[in-house]
Formats: sequence, C-alpha cells, structure tokens
Amino acid sequence: MRRGRLIGLAVALALFLALALQPGLFTPLLSLLVEPGTPLVYTRQSLIALAVWHIAVVASAEAVAVIVAVALGILVTREKGAEFMTLARMTSNLGQTFPPIAVLAMTVPLVGFGFQPTFIALAAYGLLPVFENTVAGLRGVPATTLEAARGMGMSKRAILMQVELPLAAPVILAGIRISTIINIGTATIGSTVGAKGLGEVIIAGLQAGNAAYVLQGAMLVALMAVCFDLAFRSLERRAFA
Amino acid sequence: MGISVPLQRRAGSGAPFSHAALVYAVPCVLALLALPFLSFRPNRIVSGEGVQVWDVAEGWGLVGTAALFVLAGATVLAGRQAARALLGFLGVALAMAVAGAGAKDLMADAPQFARVSLGGGFWLSCAFFALAAADALMRLDLRPLVRLAVAGFVAAALAAALASGWFDSLSLMQEYRANADTFAAAFRGHLILVGGSLLPALAIGLPLGWLCHVSSRARAVAVPILNILQTTPSIAMFGLLMIPLAALVAAIPELRRFGIAGIGVTPALIALTLYSLLPVVANTMAGFRAVPVETREAGRAMGMTRWTLLRQVELPLAAPVILTGVRIVVVQNIGLAAVAALIGGGGFGTLVFRGMGQTAMDLVLLGTLPIIAMAIVATILFDAAIDTMQRRRP
Repeated sequence: MRRGRLIGLAVALALFLALALQPGLFTPLLSLLVEPGTPLVYTRQSLIALAVWHIAVVASAEAVAVIVAVALGILVTREKGAEFMTLARMTSNLGQTFPPIAVLAMTVPLVGFGFQPTFIALAAYGLLPVFENTVAGLRGVPATTLEAARGMGMSKRAILMQVELPLAAPVILAGIRISTIINIGTATIGSTVGAKGLGEVIIAGLQAGNAAYVLQGAMLVALMAVCFDLAFRSLERRAFA
Repeated sequence: MGISVPLQRRAGSGAPFSHAALVYAVPCVLALLALPFLSFRPNRIVSGEGVQVWDVAEGWGLVGTAALFVLAGATVLAGRQAARALLGFLGVALAMAVAGAGAKDLMADAPQFARVSLGGGFWLSCAFFALAAADALMRLDLRPLVRLAVAGFVAAALAAALASGWFDSLSLMQEYRANADTFAAAFRGHLILVGGSLLPALAIGLPLGWLCHVSSRARAVAVPILNILQTTPSIAMFGLLMIPLAALVAAIPELRRFGIAGIGVTPALIALTLYSLLPVVANTMAGFRAVPVETREAGRAMGMTRWTLLRQVELPLAAPVILTGVRIVVVQNIGLAAVAALIGGGGFGTLVFRGMGQTAMDLVLLGTLPIIAMAIVATILFDAAIDTMQRRRP
C-alpha cells in the first residue's frame, strides 16, 4: 500500500512537471481535441508560473487557516474553553453549508477583485476541516493516557505538547489534507475574481470554446490535487508510526 | 468531505451561556459601530459611500441603533434559551426593518441610477443575531417536528417581509425585479442539477456501498477511484467531462435530440453524480458496518434469508448513517451546482458569474443568497429526518 502510494506520487508529480514545464510534449494529444489551427498551448502566461501562483495562494491561506484552526481546536477542548464548544461546532457546521463559490463571491464586495478575496475565502473555508479534525483528534486521546501523564506529574502544557498533540497529529494532518485539497479546487474558481492561478487557463478555454486549454488546465489542477493528497497521506502514515 | 457521523445528541442545558453569548453580542455591536450599515452609490457598479446605522433615515437611525444595542445586550442577559432565541430573531428583524427604511429614505430624492446596498454592518449584525438565535435553539434541544415548525415560521416571516415591499428600494431587490425571469429559471435549473444528480448517485452508490461492505475486493478497487474523483477540483471535472461528451455527440449526432451535449446540463449532472458517489458509498459502508454482529446473527438464527435480513434488519439500522451521507451530498451539490454555470449548466451560478462579469455585487448576492438558503434548508430537513429516525430507535 505504501509503495503503491509512493509510485503513484512519483507518476503524478512527473506528469504534472512535464505538463507545466514542457506543454509542447502534449500537443499531439491536445490536437485531437480541437479544430486544426486553434492554439493548443496556453501562452498568455507560462503554465509553471501559474502553477506556482496557484500553490502560493493556497499555501499562504492554508498557513493562516491551520494556525487559527488548531489554536481554536485546542482552546475549545481545554476546561476553560469548553463553554465555547457548542458555539464553535455550530459555526463550523454552518460554515460547511456555505459553498466555496459563495464565500468567494461574498468577499469580493468587501475587498475588491484579485488576490485578497481568494486568499480570505480560502483561509476561511480551509479553517473548518482543520478545526473539526483538531477537536476530533484531541478528544480521541484516551483518558487513561492522560491520566498516566498526569500521574507522572506532567504539567498541563507538557501534556498538551508531548502527549495530546503528537497523538492527535495524524487526525489533524488528515484535516489539513482535506482542507488543502478543497482549497486547490476553490483557488481555481478564484480565477473568476481575478486571482492568478491555473483556473485562468480553464476559464480562458471555456470562454473561447478551446477544449485543449480546458484539458491542460484541468489536468494540471487535478494532478496538483492528487500529488498533495498522496503526499499528505504518506505523511499521515508516518505520523502514525 | 468524506465520512461523517450523525450528530451526537447533547444533553440540553438550560443554564445561561454568559461568556459564549458575549461572543455574538460583542462583535455584533462592534460591527454596527465600525462598519457602514448601508452604502449609497451613484450607480449600480461603482463603490459608494457608507452610511452608519445611526445616520440612516430620520428617526429610524438613532432609535434603531439604540434598540439593536439593547437587543444585543439582552441576548447576553436573558435567563432562558427560548427568550434568547426570540431576542436573536427580533434582532434580525429589526436590522432588516432599519435597512429597509434607510434605503427608502436615501432613494427618495436620489438621482435616477442611484443604488443603496447593504453594508458590512448590516450583514455582520444580522449574522451574529441569527447565530445567537440558532445557538439558543440548539441548546433547547427541540424535537424534530418543533424544529421544523420554527424553521417554517422563520421562512414564512422572511417571505412575507420580502413580499411586503418594505425592501424594494434596496439594490438587491432592484436586481431581483430586473432579473425575475432569470431568477426563476436559475432556481429551476439548480433544483434540476441537485435532484437530477442525487437519483443516479443513489441508484449507483447504495448498491456499490453494500457491495463494498460485503466484498473487500470491491472495496479495494472502488474506494481509491472514488477518492481520486473526489479530489478532482470541480471546474476541472466539469471541463474534463465536456471533452468526451463533445466527442460522443460529434460521433453520434442523434444524441443531440435527447439534449446531450458537450456543454450544458449533461456534463454538469454527470460531474455532480460522480462527486456524490464517495459520500454515499462511504456512509453506506459505515452504516452497514455499524450493525452489531449479534443482531445479524440473531436474525440469521431466526431463519431469515439474506434478503430479508438486509431489508428488515440491516437497512433500517444503517438508515440514519446512510441518510447522513445523502445530506452531505445534497449540501455539497447545492454548492457545486453553482460552478456548473461556467459550462452552461444553469442554476444560480448563472447570476453569480454574470454579476462578477458586470462587477455588480448585488447581482452576485442575488445568486449567492438563495444557494446558502437552499443549503441551510436542506440541512434542517435532513437533520430533522435523521433525528426522527434515531429517536424512534429503542
């Protein structure tokens, strides 16, 4: 299983890099999709630059989301913060019902077009899975383990840092994985509000009726998501061990 | 995404939620103080100047502000959850009333193309009042039918308020009047996308989930494939599906007669169906797995056939978990269906993307708000159904 995952990751990554760096290699395939004479490779921006932008916006939003969500998750699982549990749960459940496109669309009136609405929407939307999983992970730590740690005379802080968080790490990582994958997809929609990224290629293709553009954009985004998914899954495995 | 367990029942606590209530009340008051309540714009697409809540309409502003602050404070001090819920709803109603009155006053002597939009102060204060009400209702731990009745009452009140004409001066309502036909078509389209993808998803997902439950080989093949499908971003999925369908239609032009085409509803329905499979399959599996071995053995000892066992024992026991999967799918597809507009699939996304194209934010909102409303309604309905099922169980 682990080997299969690594091979899958290597293949997906190789395909992704080949398509992003040398799209010319794929022209025979792309030419099957469109009428002769239509442009095959998106040239308004280099694909690799768009891919880097895409990753940059997702990563920066994800960083904020993870810090805030893990902090909140820790807060509501402490004795003092228990009162806020219902509140946090409900907000998080409600948040899940907000479609990403709606979050995006509602941020634009506040901050205008471009990088910011996408960043804010991604950070807000990325919070939820991380928060849910942080709470689930911390709650999943067996009471007997906590008892033992307390019996050893560990301080609350030491228990959190040395027992609870390491034990919850795989579940938290799974939350970060889910949130990153969702956000790679949502960042694509971000191109409709003027954020730089691979969505630009797909949307240009949809607007011009150019299936070759759509395919290369879609392939790049899908491969990127698959790469991150597999990479995170192997990390989770490692965190278990 | 993925597997979700049904909401755990929490013991209803009647105790005041002092600190937690502050979390709604304080930002609510801060939002009203710091952010404009309305914004007045010379025309539909330029950004306007903010109007603070105490500056709106003669009389309404100061009285309204004071009343909103009092209501926010009262939600903290209220001794009973029911009172707190009522105060929260009153807060929303009052904020809406003030906004409607303010818009009417601003538009009374405004130039022809002027617009009045709702500002951050309005949205945030409404959101925090609504959250306070929802929090209180949740702590009341109402029975499913009572919950539905409350939701129905709120929906009816909202519909009556919108129909009353009190809000007609708001840009949002002007956009609605200008796009009423598109709005109705978008609503139909959205329902078709969500409903039309749910049926095939259930027809495929339920048997597949059962198969994955009984056969580990089927599980080893199906689950990774469904995982990859779920990982593919929605725009990419919509885009990728256009290509084989366009090729198919080019090869067999007769298909066009049945409405099958590379762009439009067909690829959107297929994409949404594919996205629905993983949650349905995963929850069906989880539901069957949760049936206790003893129960199954007791059934078998009574001489039940495999089919009877499935129909009379396993399926009823697994139903709440399966229904949770269906809820996830419906809520998820209500959101994803918005993206379908990019490939001509219709739905409320049409309004959202048209609004973004024209930088007309109220048109974007006109498309976004019903999507959120539909998602919330679906959540309430499904949760009530799931809850009923669980309560019936001994």
